Amino acid sequence: MTSALKVENLAKTFEISGGLFGRNKAGVRAVRPMSFEVPTGETLGIVGESGCGKSTLARMLVGLLEPTEGTIEIEGKALDNADPAAFGRLIQYMFQDPVSSLNPRKTIKQIMEAPLKRLYCMGKAERDKRIDEIFDSVNLRPEFLERYPHEFSGGQAQRIGVARALAAAPRIIILDEPVSALDVSVQAQVLNLLRDLKSEFNLTYLFISHDLAVVEAVSDRIVVLYFGSVVEIGKAEEVFANPRHPYTKLLADSAPVVGRPLTAPEQKDSELPDPLNPPPGCAFATRCPRAQERCKKEEPVLEPVGGDQYAACFYPLQD
Amino acid sequence: MTFLKLLFRNRLAAMGAVVLGLILLLVLAIPVLPLQDPDVTNTGNRFVPPFSEGHLLGTDHLGRDLLSRLLYGTRLSLGVGIFAALIAATIGSAVGIIAGYFGGRTDNIIMRGIDMLMAFPYILLALAIVAALGPGLLNALIAVAAVNIPFFARNIRGITVGLAGREFIDAARLAGMGHTRIILTELLPNVLSTIVIAMSTTVGWMILETAGLSFLGLGSQPPQADLGSMLGEARSALITDPHTSIVPGVMIFLIVMSINLLGDGVRDALDPRLRSGALSRPRAQTIVDRKSPVPADDGNGLLNIQNLETQFHVGKRIYRAVNDVSLFVNPGECLGVIGESGSGKSVTALSVMGLVASPPGVVTGGAVRYEGEDLLSANFESLRQKRGDKVAYIFQDPLSTLHPLYRVGDQLMEAIQVHHKVSDKDARAKAVELLKSVRIPNAESRIRNYPHEMSGGMRQRVGIAMALANDPDVIIADEPTTALDVTVQAQILALLDDLRRERGLAIIFITHDFGVVAQLCDRVAVLYGGKIVEEGTTTDILDHPAHPYTKRLMACVPELGGGKRELAAIPGLPPIVSDLPPGCAFAPRCEKATEACKEGAIPLEGSETRAVRCIHPEEEIA
Amino acid sequence: MGSYILKRLVSAIPVLLGITVIVFLIMAMIPGDPATAILGSYATPENVEKLNRDLGLDKPLVVRYFIWLGNMLTGDFGRSFSLNRPVLDEILERFNATLILAGTAFVICSVLGILAGVISAAKQYGFADKAITFVVLIGISVPSFFLGMMMILLFAVNLRWLPVSGMYAIYGGGDLPDLAKHLVMPAFALAVVATGVIARLSRSAMLEVLRQDFIRTARAKGVGERKVLYGHALRAAMVSIIPVLGIQAGFVLSGSVFIEIVFQWPGVGRMLVDAILKRDLLLVQGGVVFVAACYVFFNICVDVAQSLLDPRIKT
Repeated sequence: MTSALKVENLAKTFEISGGLFGRNKAGVRAVRPMSFEVPTGETLGIVGESGCGKSTLARMLVGLLEPTEGTIEIEGKALDNADPAAFGRLIQYMFQDPVSSLNPRKTIKQIMEAPLKRLYCMGKAERDKRIDEIFDSVNLRPEFLERYPHEFSGGQAQRIGVARALAAAPRIIILDEPVSALDVSVQAQVLNLLRDLKSEFNLTYLFISHDLAVVEAVSDRIVVLYFGSVVEIGKAEEVFANPRHPYTKLLADSAPVVGRPLTAPEQKDSELPDPLNPPPGCAFATRCPRAQERCKKEEPVLEPVGGDQYAACFYPLQD
Repeated sequence: MTFLKLLFRNRLAAMGAVVLGLILLLVLAIPVLPLQDPDVTNTGNRFVPPFSEGHLLGTDHLGRDLLSRLLYGTRLSLGVGIFAALIAATIGSAVGIIAGYFGGRTDNIIMRGIDMLMAFPYILLALAIVAALGPGLLNALIAVAAVNIPFFARNIRGITVGLAGREFIDAARLAGMGHTRIILTELLPNVLSTIVIAMSTTVGWMILETAGLSFLGLGSQPPQADLGSMLGEARSALITDPHTSIVPGVMIFLIVMSINLLGDGVRDALDPRLRSGALSRPRAQTIVDRKSPVPADDGNGLLNIQNLETQFHVGKRIYRAVNDVSLFVNPGECLGVIGESGSGKSVTALSVMGLVASPPGVVTGGAVRYEGEDLLSANFESLRQKRGDKVAYIFQDPLSTLHPLYRVGDQLMEAIQVHHKVSDKDARAKAVELLKSVRIPNAESRIRNYPHEMSGGMRQRVGIAMALANDPDVIIADEPTTALDVTVQAQILALLDDLRRERGLAIIFITHDFGVVAQLCDRVAVLYGGKIVEEGTTTDILDHPAHPYTKRLMACVPELGGGKRELAAIPGLPPIVSDLPPGCAFAPRCEKATEACKEGAIPLEGSETRAVRCIHPEEEIA
Repeated sequence: MGSYILKRLVSAIPVLLGITVIVFLIMAMIPGDPATAILGSYATPENVEKLNRDLGLDKPLVVRYFIWLGNMLTGDFGRSFSLNRPVLDEILERFNATLILAGTAFVICSVLGILAGVISAAKQYGFADKAITFVVLIGISVPSFFLGMMMILLFAVNLRWLPVSGMYAIYGGGDLPDLAKHLVMPAFALAVVATGVIARLSRSAMLEVLRQDFIRTARAKGVGERKVLYGHALRAAMVSIIPVLGIQAGFVLSGSVFIEIVFQWPGVGRMLVDAILKRDLLLVQGGVVFVAACYVFFNICVDVAQSLLDPRIKT
């Protein structure tokens, strides 16, 4: 099977000019060089806490941010220009905030038509037909087309967001926290819809979330990010059940689970390192209960730790 | 059209519109009015007082008819002011949108230039321009327009930066739109209302500024006169013949005031933030306006909420946020209140100590008893003494709930000192001790931090320390961990649990997360549409949910360790509390609903510790 | 703190340079021969040529700018032909008077404006609020020059409480009470509009702050209402009020031009208007640059005050 998406050494450094005349240029490495592949039809989950670089990664993948280094390949074709339109036909983005992602001054129809006109230069009749088809598949009624975004609830607006992403007929959709702004009872509706659409349109998903349980429920494989780096990759059912990296274990132990007694999981410190002044070695070392001298000096790289699981740790956990 | 309706509902704006309309009508009627030539002098007829034969407003120092000069002058002043406003708005907005949209270096260079222009007091720039171009009305117009461009550019840039960061702009880019198209079709419609607001609030100024330049003799040149030059020429005769000054002066005042009134009206009508009266100042205590008798004390719990009803009155609409909610909590007990957004869980919590923003919030029924005393009937001073001392709160977002300009130590000390006469030194020592008790490292130096210097988890610890400051009996925690990362959440929950056991605290814990409830709470109440639909011990509710909503809500939530799976979704949407159905609020989404569910109110049945509001419960409850 | 002030001072250098460039460019727009413009149309050709050489007007624009800038840095603003004395001497003398007038007006409008706004917000929809809103509405609509004229009519001509105009009495004046008596009317006339604007803004800033979550926290702690209003809320509201004070100072300085004319106050504004009407361009140029530079320094003070109040600014 070919990979839908291949990322190699992708990295982003934000330059921060400091000092009086912008001399002391410092860089915040929001995403450190990372590589991964997503086979066609897979859902790759990406989890991490605030500041781990997951949104920066997502915005690079759809061309809204230009990577500092590295390459993005979609179905074997390299995408190195930062032209969103070129990205747009292959890869689409679904936003976290369903309301903010729809222009309040446009009708749903105008919003839906934009990608069809700009990316595919479709005529009017063709566009109407296509919009009808898409609305049908996301269970939205056609009369919604004449309305404005503020008339919709979060769940409905998020369906419109899905419909817009689908209109571009992409191969891959990046779902950036697609359900975190929604109520629990509506979350499941949207998640199930996304799953149905995936098989219907033969899509590949990158599902970004901070909610471990949601990511586990929808993903085939999961990438765990910490401080801009991949710390662990593995099968969804394995990563949290048998974490190898101490950070993954901390995450899994922190998630509130019915029936588990309440104890703060083992960690020394809950602070992230200062992004302007990152420590040498493993970024997690200051919080890690297993950290040793070597962790504070050398940066660990991803290595296989059995099965399809990879972890960036010198002293990975055993089963 | 709603805009005009909103505009004219504002009486002041309507008044402004009427005055301005009359002035405009007079000015437009100039060609058909029997006016004398404004520039014909008649020195034999100087300074004729007003209401004289043939000269309704009298004549000026050259014997010219003042009424005629006033109307011609008004026309000129209005025309010049409005034209200057249009020029300034067009150029300024274009510059602002370009700077705000492209950002980065473009923005930097443009805004530096704008800042330079703003570094001048406006008149200096106008004077310099007039000095270079020479006195004259057209040059005054150019000067006034030029000095107002920075104002528009800055204003519009600010709005554009906010919009350009919004996700719909990214979406438009992904839909293949180019820069020009995004600016014209996505941004411009959204900033247009701001441009109109800025124009309507500044056009009065610009009329005043051009009049000012003419007053100085730098604008319109004789014999042509606008209102400013009329006033300027009349100044020398101010003491002997004041009417020649008063006539043009009052006209400028009327024009500027009516435009200002109308401009404020336009702003209020176009700015959605002001539309709902959102700028009302919340009172110190929620308004209590009970329609039903105060329920008798049933002696339950330390803090006892009885049949509480809280509503929001917005215009004619009534949002029934809390409907007949009864809850109690005992010392050392943790009561969980769980629900989705709009279920009324936060409003219930805030109603206890009268902290619901009011207006629009009103408590319309029930009682909140602390040790038997009804807090809703208490006067403000006695309620204030209990706030933070007996019943303390922990809020959701620790960044917005701590005062940004005070050190956290001072905020902690204040919490102690508003209730107890303690010296600063002792209060500071107590503050350090509190920070240590919530396990903040280096507490001695941390008390000197400002909130923005701390991480989210640390800030929430400060929030908890503040709640503990006076050893309260009850803590009400309103989603205290929702804004936090999961690893931090685990620590905060463990901390709360320890504190409760050490200090015998009663906690009411508001959340939407079953996992959190399961770990922390002894008893749980489930809220839906402002009503309790089910309550019971945590184990009962989790293992044997009786209400279909509880059962299905738990099924929706994926739990860690379950692997990839299909989720059981609840169809439909949560109810809107301004339009609740007569029967069970969940009936429209419930598979088991029958006609009876939709007909009348359904009582909460069961015992004090286990009850359900359903006529087709999932399980019979004991 | 010190480093912040230093940083702001350094950042003022490009702004000051920008100001001189803008003024220089505007003056360079003057059509025709500048020397003729300066000397008037009755000047002899020899005089025009001499002035052109003296001013370096035969050199290219950029060179002329740097010569002019260099001269100004050494304190040489040129010589006013209409007054026949150095421009800088005249400006310094006049600026003193303007500073007294505008400074007094600025203090009046800041104190009254903030006070009125806070009271208005504290008593929202009450009688005081409505009364203040009404007065403010009139205040911001009346042209200051017209207001000044009406004040002269009422207080000086009819009631004879205060002198009609000028800064000191011609005979026997010159002391502080005399100055104060002359200052009352122009300072108030000048302050009215700015007071209205500041009051309006303070009111809405207070109302905005009072809806914030941290006010709810203060109340939940049991802080009394007075302290919530005048401690927590006012302090936070000052963060948005202070920058407006800076902007209003510019408006007060601008308004002083009109007030100086109406009350015959011997300040820079009147000097500038006279200079424009007499086409004394060196005086205009010097006056504009000087006053704008003072305003830039005033705004640095505003920024420093802001950074003292708001710890989030120090970067």
